[in-house]
Amino acid sequence: MSFVQNFPFFSIILAMFSGIVSSVLSGKKARNLTLAMIVVTTALSAGTLAFCLRTEESYTYMMGHFPAPWGNEIRAGVLECVTAVLFGVVMFLSVVGGLTHTAEDVEESKLNLFYIMIDLMLSSLLALVYTNDLFTAYVFVEINTIAGCGLIMIRQKGRSLSAAIRYMVMSQLGSGLFLIGLSLLYDVTGHLLMSPAKESVELLVEAGRYKIPLLMIMAVISVGLAIKSGLYPFHYWIPDTYGYATPTGSAVLSGLVSKGYIFLLIKIFYRVLGRENLVGTHMVNVLYLFGVCGMIMGSLHAIGEKDTRRMIAYSSVAQIGYIYMGIGLGTTAGMVASIFHIFAHSATKALLFISAVGLYEVSGDRKDFVSLRGAAFRNPLAGVGFSIGALSMVGFPMLSGFISKLLFATSALGSPEKMMPTLIVLALSTLLNAVYFLRLVITLYSRRRPGDKPLPEQTIVKSSWMLRFAIICFIGLNLVLGMSSQPIVQAITDGLAMFD
Amino acid sequence: MSRKRDNYDTSRWKRFKSWLDGETDLLEHGMEAHEAVMRSQDPVVMPVHGEGKEILKAKEIWRFKRFYKVMSVLLCLGVILVLLWTVASLPITGDAANPDNNEVVARYIERGLQETGAVNIVTGMILDYRAFDTFGESCVLFIGSCCVLLLLRLDGNSKHEELEKLVAETNDRHYEPKDDIILQKCSCVLVPVILIFGIYIVLNGHLSPGGGFSGGAVLGSGLILYQNAFGYERMGKLFTEKVYKRTTLCALTFYCLAKSYSFFTGANHLESGIPLGTPGAILSSGLILPLNICVGLVVACTMYTFYTLFRKGGM
Repeated sequence: MSFVQNFPFFSIILAMFSGIVSSVLSGKKARNLTLAMIVVTTALSAGTLAFCLRTEESYTYMMGHFPAPWGNEIRAGVLECVTAVLFGVVMFLSVVGGLTHTAEDVEESKLNLFYIMIDLMLSSLLALVYTNDLFTAYVFVEINTIAGCGLIMIRQKGRSLSAAIRYMVMSQLGSGLFLIGLSLLYDVTGHLLMSPAKESVELLVEAGRYKIPLLMIMAVISVGLAIKSGLYPFHYWIPDTYGYATPTGSAVLSGLVSKGYIFLLIKIFYRVLGRENLVGTHMVNVLYLFGVCGMIMGSLHAIGEKDTRRMIAYSSVAQIGYIYMGIGLGTTAGMVASIFHIFAHSATKALLFISAVGLYEVSGDRKDFVSLRGAAFRNPLAGVGFSIGALSMVGFPMLSGFISKLLFATSALGSPEKMMPTLIVLALSTLLNAVYFLRLVITLYSRRRPGDKPLPEQTIVKSSWMLRFAIICFIGLNLVLGMSSQPIVQAITDGLAMFD
Repeated sequence: MSRKRDNYDTSRWKRFKSWLDGETDLLEHGMEAHEAVMRSQDPVVMPVHGEGKEILKAKEIWRFKRFYKVMSVLLCLGVILVLLWTVASLPITGDAANPDNNEVVARYIERGLQETGAVNIVTGMILDYRAFDTFGESCVLFIGSCCVLLLLRLDGNSKHEELEKLVAETNDRHYEPKDDIILQKCSCVLVPVILIFGIYIVLNGHLSPGGGFSGGAVLGSGLILYQNAFGYERMGKLFTEKVYKRTTLCALTFYCLAKSYSFFTGANHLESGIPLGTPGAILSSGLILPLNICVGLVVACTMYTFYTLFRKGGM
């Protein structure tokens, strides 16, 4: 066994350990430790990725002295490693970009608690990506939920507390349903590890036994994780939580947390329940329907929103809809498109939230359209960053959003009965995206009118170099995803093939 | 020979008799009790999004509320029915042919003692076979207490807040009696027993039913009882925020390092070199005993912290 194969385990434990140590450090030291930890874990994931690409196969890693059906296990393949690297990069840039605002929004004596949340959030995301055990997944889903809640309420100003409560209630509902699903699954298969559970599920399906519980398991697990990731009819917590958290909190929650759950769902679909069973029971059609509704309704809500931060949050509802629509197509091509959109959306949405902060800084911390008029002239880099993010969401060529839209459209051709609705909704949703994003971009680049309320002078501050660094890196990430998408799509396809 | 009492009024009999007749209160001088005084606070008004723009007419609100209630009841009933229907088609509990009576359980029962050294198979399972999950669970507790700290801790770094904390502390007296003799005497008897019992449950986790989680809960409740009887000043000699932080840090760090070593050697097929000892002895079953102690400490600290933070926002 090569030493590189230990890296996924090291990265999870390292993230947890730095969270534990941060509890006795001062805020500043905790911050430095967290940044160092994120860099190291990302490098470890990259090392594992190189190893998996070289050997062209995935491997499982025993957590302890006991093999598969008895002890815990994690698993690393190309897809897991690519996701872990991307999550690490987005996490690093979000934390760096929001550093100054975190220091302002959070009481100084509680700053180290903020970084504990970030550390444990990253560890849980890595564990959700790498896990090969359903109960480990549940434990880390819990850590993820509590850490997310902490990231929202740390601001302790008015609405962020009510937003945290709303998030907690909805998230716990999702966790509860997920746990019910796991218990039912254990009852009919007797396994918690993914690979043996899949074998038993296959045997049960062949024998035609326990049809109702199996259907229920698929439904409950899908709905539970859909609630936690904010699929359309369960999306009411999204605008508040993304709209009122700290900038880092918003970027992390929208860019990473919901994506971690979707990745887990895809993993469970492939590695436990079996994709063909989900297609056979028409479970994917339900997800498809919800996803399609989300694409339209999220955009409609966003058009009606006056607060720009809530508008970006509603746009997330639409984008989550895209991802579930791709899963709902039920084909491998659709799944590849969904996973690519997970990457594209986490890079783009974090860019939007972080560069929006740069624009609010120069507008007296106001978030409405009138105050933001001309903000791109006052902070050119943030203006460029926001425009690139917006264009990417709309699907402008060369940017990541274009590739994912292209992949969705081509994958729709592969499933004849869903082709027309997919293409129509895709076109309509793109149009709606353009309506609200380009409206804001035009506002940003129009001169202030004489009748506008004057901006308070002293609040116009220059953005810190860290914010600019983060915006430039995010733009770079978007261009990389958009212009050299071929190797990434290839890696996703290979990784999905390794899942079976 | 009988001794003649000079002063009947101060005799024990007289005091007992007058208490019996309801003339005096035994607790009169020992206990301070205050009427509960509600702190008057201005009700916090949260701005509601879109307030003042989308005010519906009273009738519409009434209709919506009614519709909402009816729909939520219907939805719950629907979910309950579907779940009951599922439960009805699950395997019957206790049947030998059930899918969960498979090789996994068989190995836990048959070879658990030999492989983990723990007489209590459940402890062997959670702290050896599936120790990674349990580490995650301890971290759930840790992050839970961090969230409560974040939300409820009042920080004394500015003068204004210091004042607020002082007010909170003095107000605390209004809600509960202090120096309650009955409580103090009872807890003098109970607290040592509770703490010793908690320690026993933790230490014997690998031999008998119990372990870190349950023992830690008992320990935590003992600490809470002691605090209630004797107040924060006495408790401050034993347990402060510093102690809490250091204990949690040491326990979790030890868990993390010990288990990392064990995972690393296990995955790389190396000998861990940790002796399992004689099954049944107190010093046996390798890492399980120290890990149980760690989990117990974390649970006890978390419980006590929750209590104090909810009560006055600090330790």
